[in-house]
Amino acid sequence: MSAIILFLAVLAVIAGWWLSQQRLTAKPWLEEGPVGDFPGGDAMVWPAAKVGLGVFLAVASALFVLFISAYSMRMSVADWRPLPVPRLLWVNTGVLVMSSVALQWSYVAARRYDAEGVMIGLLAGGASAVIFLAGQLLAWQRLGAAGYLVASNPANSFFYLLTAVHGLHLTGGLVALGRTSAKMWRGAEIAEMRLSAELCAIYWHFLLLVWLVLLGLLTGWTDDFVNICRQLLS
Amino acid sequence: MVDIPYEGIRGIPPAEVPDVELYHPRSWWTRYVFSQDAKVIAVQYSLTATAIGLVALVLSWLMRLQLGFPGTFSFIDANQYLQFITMHGMIMVIYLLTALFLGGFGNYLIPLMVGARDMVFPYVNMLSYWVYLLAVLVLASTFFVPGGPTGAGWTLYPPQAILSGTPGQDWGIILMMSSLILFIIGFTMGGLNYVVTVLQARTRGMTLMRLPLTVWGIFTATVMALLAFPALFVASVMLLLDRLLGTSFFMPSLVEMGTLSKYGGGSPLLFQHLFWFFGHPEVYIVALPAFGIVSDLISTHARKNIFGYRMMVWAIVAIGALSFIVWAHHMYVSGMFPQFGYFFATTTLIIAIPTAIKVYNWVLTLWRGDIHLTVPMLFALGFIITFVNGGLTGLFLGNVVVDVPLSDTMFVVAHFHMVMGVAPIMVVLGAIYHWYPKVTGRMLNETLGKFHFWVTFLGAYLIFFPMHYLGLLGVPRRYFELGDATFIPSSAHSLNAFISVVALTVGFSQMVFLFNLAWSLFKGEPSGGNPWRATTLEWQTPETPPGHGNWGKELPVVYRWAYDYSVPGAAEDFIPQNQPPRATQLAQGAAS
Repeated sequence: MSAIILFLAVLAVIAGWWLSQQRLTAKPWLEEGPVGDFPGGDAMVWPAAKVGLGVFLAVASALFVLFISAYSMRMSVADWRPLPVPRLLWVNTGVLVMSSVALQWSYVAARRYDAEGVMIGLLAGGASAVIFLAGQLLAWQRLGAAGYLVASNPANSFFYLLTAVHGLHLTGGLVALGRTSAKMWRGAEIAEMRLSAELCAIYWHFLLLVWLVLLGLLTGWTDDFVNICRQLLS
Repeated sequence: MVDIPYEGIRGIPPAEVPDVELYHPRSWWTRYVFSQDAKVIAVQYSLTATAIGLVALVLSWLMRLQLGFPGTFSFIDANQYLQFITMHGMIMVIYLLTALFLGGFGNYLIPLMVGARDMVFPYVNMLSYWVYLLAVLVLASTFFVPGGPTGAGWTLYPPQAILSGTPGQDWGIILMMSSLILFIIGFTMGGLNYVVTVLQARTRGMTLMRLPLTVWGIFTATVMALLAFPALFVASVMLLLDRLLGTSFFMPSLVEMGTLSKYGGGSPLLFQHLFWFFGHPEVYIVALPAFGIVSDLISTHARKNIFGYRMMVWAIVAIGALSFIVWAHHMYVSGMFPQFGYFFATTTLIIAIPTAIKVYNWVLTLWRGDIHLTVPMLFALGFIITFVNGGLTGLFLGNVVVDVPLSDTMFVVAHFHMVMGVAPIMVVLGAIYHWYPKVTGRMLNETLGKFHFWVTFLGAYLIFFPMHYLGLLGVPRRYFELGDATFIPSSAHSLNAFISVVALTVGFSQMVFLFNLAWSLFKGEPSGGNPWRATTLEWQTPETPPGHGNWGKELPVVYRWAYDYSVPGAAEDFIPQNQPPRATQLAQGAAS
């Protein structure tokens, strides 16, 4: 559980920093008066949707970190046999990076009023995300064919589980991306689209980051790191 | 590169919202059923939670019948008894209390109290309710599937939760996990709304330190729930896979019904860590909204400003943070590394400090207040007493050496019912008496309300206080019948029968409350907009019940904190938050 505690500590620092800007030491019973007499405490300058996405990313991160906590606790049991990670995953990773880059492109185009660029970015990002998901399914199929079934070893179970949870989050993102593209297709004002494109890009970068962490875990690259952490704590 | 500014990118929201920004219901269906109005969603949440809560109430009667008069009721067998305790616990903690406080009170009060027109994402808010309803239906369906609901206990510990000796192994456990997963998805949608609405949609002048404590409590509890429920989600998904696909996340190798099972190597302790990482914050997810609401009830009905507002806010935040590092005090006897117990006992006892600060502040608010013994006030007082009682036994159980002999006895049952059963329900009931006039425009009947309070309060005390003695004797929890154990004297059996009789009485008094709710809807005395002469914004709406968009054409502007009661020199004994200061009124008068 040390991973989730560490994660919560980071969140606590962020929340503490934010709260420290909110004049929590004010004495409200003495502060009678109109708006503006007392600084601080107004709503954030970000749009609500962006704050909403930020909160959601915190929740999704907590979910993934908890899976990682469970993973690191379970892998210390003797029956753990790491499975050979299919080469295909590296191709998939490349595709996901391209997807992220395409959405960033789309956001940059939106800042430049380049409607065509936005559309190309969104479509390319969506298409490569679909290719990534198909590649993940193909990797599942190859592993299954090679006899690495979901229940035959906890390492396999975690592999299927973590990739599935990540894939489901990406699928959810594709729904949002589809809605954004449809709005763009119907000819929405590009100024309105800027926020949507930005939120899609942020979410894609987040899922890319999560995927890289998971990949490190699944390929065993981070085993040494996990071991060091475990030794530090015990 | 040209930078385009966002629309409305100012700290202060505009006073007038153009009509197009509001969602408008077009038909009866979108007004009352598929509504995106937070007030309607709040009522839907509350009614659904109450309905499934009544099922849990009936289950508790059945359990008490069995415990009080073992062997008398042939229609209750041992398996059913286990199913009753499981469903009773799960429904009460998650589907009733969490849903009612956050989905019900959160939806109704947050937008009104912070001066917003609605939640910031109304469509997602509507989805949240429908997913919650689906979760409740899936849960309720387990009563009708072959094998019935799961009997694994509300903690659902593996390995027994999914083995064949446990009732509901076929369908019950699968549907239970599915229902929990749905609940968490639905809650996350709602929770995002509550948090972002408090952050982004506060009206002009509503600084964080001018928020009523109700909003602080619900806001902090929502943040906690958003971070704690994922742990239950992870545990549920992995247990579901263990049951369905035969993985061994939690399942050790064991012999089941004489044959070696397919499982091996899994860690039941891992499940307990995940479960209680959710389960302990859950206690405060239920308690913090209750803390907040009870502060407002006490202040309003004692006509006095809340004592130590800043301390109350800090204590809420501190409790929220601390509650994430105490979870393993539920696991002292689980076989985890013993020295962890020392750490978790320490953090558990530290959390008593902010909690005690809150209790002192409530009592000091009452001191020399102009106490009106209205029904909401009675329930608030009842809350303080039961919460202090339950909190003190928490200090017993927080210490490892005291906890070990008391583990799995009725003492634990008495403790958690006092502290997170009776105490929050007292607040729920008080809050319903308090805000019912705003929701419906009519008062609840006071005579029936006082009857309801006294039977509930005295009855709940008579049920759970003696239960501590049963626990000290060593009477175990979750047992279908006690049999002829020598350490259990016959007086314990009489006490059990007594508790059962009181429990049924208290249960039936809730029917009086339900009758009151229905009767007052049509025949209750019209309440007017602000029957309690309260300061917070929800009582200052132009219409009662508040109309679509809450505030008419202009949003309210806030000039003061939420607790200006009995201010010396003021014309009335309360000053609403949106009343401008005298000095500014004069200045404005001179200018015009």
